[in-house]
Amino acid sequence: MAQDSQSGPAVGDQPKGDTSILNSMAFRGIAYQVLLAICVVLGGLYLYVNVNANLDRQGIATGWDFVTENAGFDIGESPIPYDSEDTYGFALWVGVLNTLRVAVVGIVLATILGVFMGIARTSRNWLLSKVANVYVEVCRNVPVVLHVLFWATVVRFLPAPRQAIIPFDGAYLMNRGVVFPIPNEHPAYVWVGVAFVLGIVGAVVLGRWAQRRRELTGQYIPTFWWGLAIITGLPMVAWLVQGAPLSWNVPALKGFNFQGGMALSPEYAALVIGVTVYTGAFIAEIVRAGIQAVPHGQIEAARALGLRPGFIMRYITMPQALRIIVPPTASQFLSLTKNSSLGVLIGYPDLVNIGNTTLNQTGQAVEAITIMMIVYLSISLTISTAMNLYNRLVAIKER
Amino acid sequence: MNETATPVTKTRHTEPPPIEKVPALRWMRENLFNSPLNSMITVILGLGLVFALPDFINWSLFNSVWSGDHEACRVDGVGACWAVVGEKHRPMLFGVYPYEEHWRLIVALIIYLSVIAATLTPMFWKIKILVPLWVGNLAVCLTLMWGGILGLAPIDTSQWGGLPLTMVLFTGTVVFGSPLAVLLALGRRSHLPGIKSVCVVFIESLRGVPLITILFVAVNVFPLFLPEGLEFDKLLRVMAGMAIFFACYQAEVIRGGLQAIPRGQIEAAEALGLGYWQLMRRIVLPQALRICLPGLVNHIIAAFKNTSFVLIIGLFDILTATTAVMEDPVWRIFFVEAYLFVALIYFCFCFALSKYSQLVERWLSEGRRF
Repeated sequence: MAQDSQSGPAVGDQPKGDTSILNSMAFRGIAYQVLLAICVVLGGLYLYVNVNANLDRQGIATGWDFVTENAGFDIGESPIPYDSEDTYGFALWVGVLNTLRVAVVGIVLATILGVFMGIARTSRNWLLSKVANVYVEVCRNVPVVLHVLFWATVVRFLPAPRQAIIPFDGAYLMNRGVVFPIPNEHPAYVWVGVAFVLGIVGAVVLGRWAQRRRELTGQYIPTFWWGLAIITGLPMVAWLVQGAPLSWNVPALKGFNFQGGMALSPEYAALVIGVTVYTGAFIAEIVRAGIQAVPHGQIEAARALGLRPGFIMRYITMPQALRIIVPPTASQFLSLTKNSSLGVLIGYPDLVNIGNTTLNQTGQAVEAITIMMIVYLSISLTISTAMNLYNRLVAIKER
Repeated sequence: MNETATPVTKTRHTEPPPIEKVPALRWMRENLFNSPLNSMITVILGLGLVFALPDFINWSLFNSVWSGDHEACRVDGVGACWAVVGEKHRPMLFGVYPYEEHWRLIVALIIYLSVIAATLTPMFWKIKILVPLWVGNLAVCLTLMWGGILGLAPIDTSQWGGLPLTMVLFTGTVVFGSPLAVLLALGRRSHLPGIKSVCVVFIESLRGVPLITILFVAVNVFPLFLPEGLEFDKLLRVMAGMAIFFACYQAEVIRGGLQAIPRGQIEAAEALGLGYWQLMRRIVLPQALRICLPGLVNHIIAAFKNTSFVLIIGLFDILTATTAVMEDPVWRIFFVEAYLFVALIYFCFCFALSKYSQLVERWLSEGRRF
């Protein structure tokens, strides 16, 4: 058909070109898409056939049966009970939990570090801003792999348990990790937790009320200190009402290692420090850019009105800066989560590490890597959804 | 005039504006002690620095050991052992590449870095200069590394290592990744739903997974995709994986630039009868790429740092080579010095590039044109 219409002009009757279906935008659009679809399908089929042929030749099983088979390897640390008798599926689940353990703690710490350093960079204190600047430039321009590797080696060269460094009573830093005392379990702590959540709710309600009141009457109520008092006070009261139970589970040296307390493995500590320090530098830079994007005239105007610096930061600078800060920070959270996969490098049993072991033991590379990718994709999607919700909260409210 | 002005000044009690006699004191009051909180921070930070800095300088410069063997470093009271760099810099910088052939890598590195320096100079910003320059550069450098002709001994890519390998990975990532990034960005902005959705799925799914998993695919899965008997070099596979990963991030930056081009320009170009590719190449892309230049450079820097991920899959880039060197039981306790040396190399490259991109931004905002 295409040849017919092309040979048309040669006959000489038709006006040149414009009636040809090949020149129709709509036809071309459909043709390109059909072409792409055919390429994708054929390419996929070709790869599928090749993979099957190769796997057959190498005698590697396909399918998901291995998930329910016995894993047979030990995992160094696990937030839930696991032993080598458990299945591959369960081992991978342990890996997911270990990844989340690094990601969540890393995100919280990196945010604190980044916000602090970002504000420090905009400080009017020359010394402070220069120190923060050095931190940002040095840590940002060195690969995260090197960060993690460096801290892993540092931790490995800490003294043995018997000569452990004692930063404060009951806590020990050594080449087997960090141990520190935690309170013994007690039913009262559940109520303390409930009181803590109630305190946060109370503080939010108080903040809303104070804001409405300020908008109506212009009267300013220092909600920060009252909120802090509620959040810390309520759990305290709950704890005192329960009879103030307090006994510490203090780690003690038994044989070659410590028993009791809370123990963090050296790999975990190194990974968290590495990704936190690296991502913190990026967040600091984002926070600085966000704060400096607020027109300086606004801050001068606020000063001229006699507002105090803390008030200006809270009510003038931050609401506007957050709009700029939140979207790129979300992508930093994502990259921190993905960088936590460097656990495989230093022997921390995260998802990639356990997936890699599974891959090596079963030979089922396609399935193992698919699992890893799907898990990371879902974590990424969850984080970006949450951050989009938060972004909607701080975005400009337009009609 | 004077007669009328003088009485006014005399009737009022005036003082000259306060002038600090010592500029340094004035500077300190304005920049270090401008509020009670800042004074406190200054004192605490200052004390910290006074305690830590001299120790650090002594450790790194005055008490350090610059040459000799490990015995000299183990003497009590000495500082940094830079001798580890002196002793091990060859395997750190060049990996497992045959020792006698290292001169080839040094020559290649010098040529490569000077071409980069030339590329960054506005004088050379012409397609007619840059393209032949880079083709020639890559040809010469790869010939030097591969050998096999002109009497150079052939060296297999599995023996490539160290800084040159880092550079090869970096160059490959950017050279192969950038055109792909442009295509993906254009595809994502396409009006054709089929093409758009393929690009969106491709970009978003690759951006959602860690680079490590993509490298695992390149190393473990990709060989399974090929028919029996056909094989690709591991270095090439890894480079392709990194290029695709890089392209997905870069595509999002370019999309931002594309979105900033006013619709009217595209309509005007269409009205003039420009086809799609002409429109993109001559009107849209030159402006879009200029707008998103800072983002582009950020991801190029990230690509350089990301080359270090090959440590996990066992390619001998500079970091892998250093880690391998640090397995040497005699030298391993001096890992801080070795890692600092490698960190310094990465730092110099990335820091210079980011400062340079700020410079270019300033040129562009001054209205200077290529």
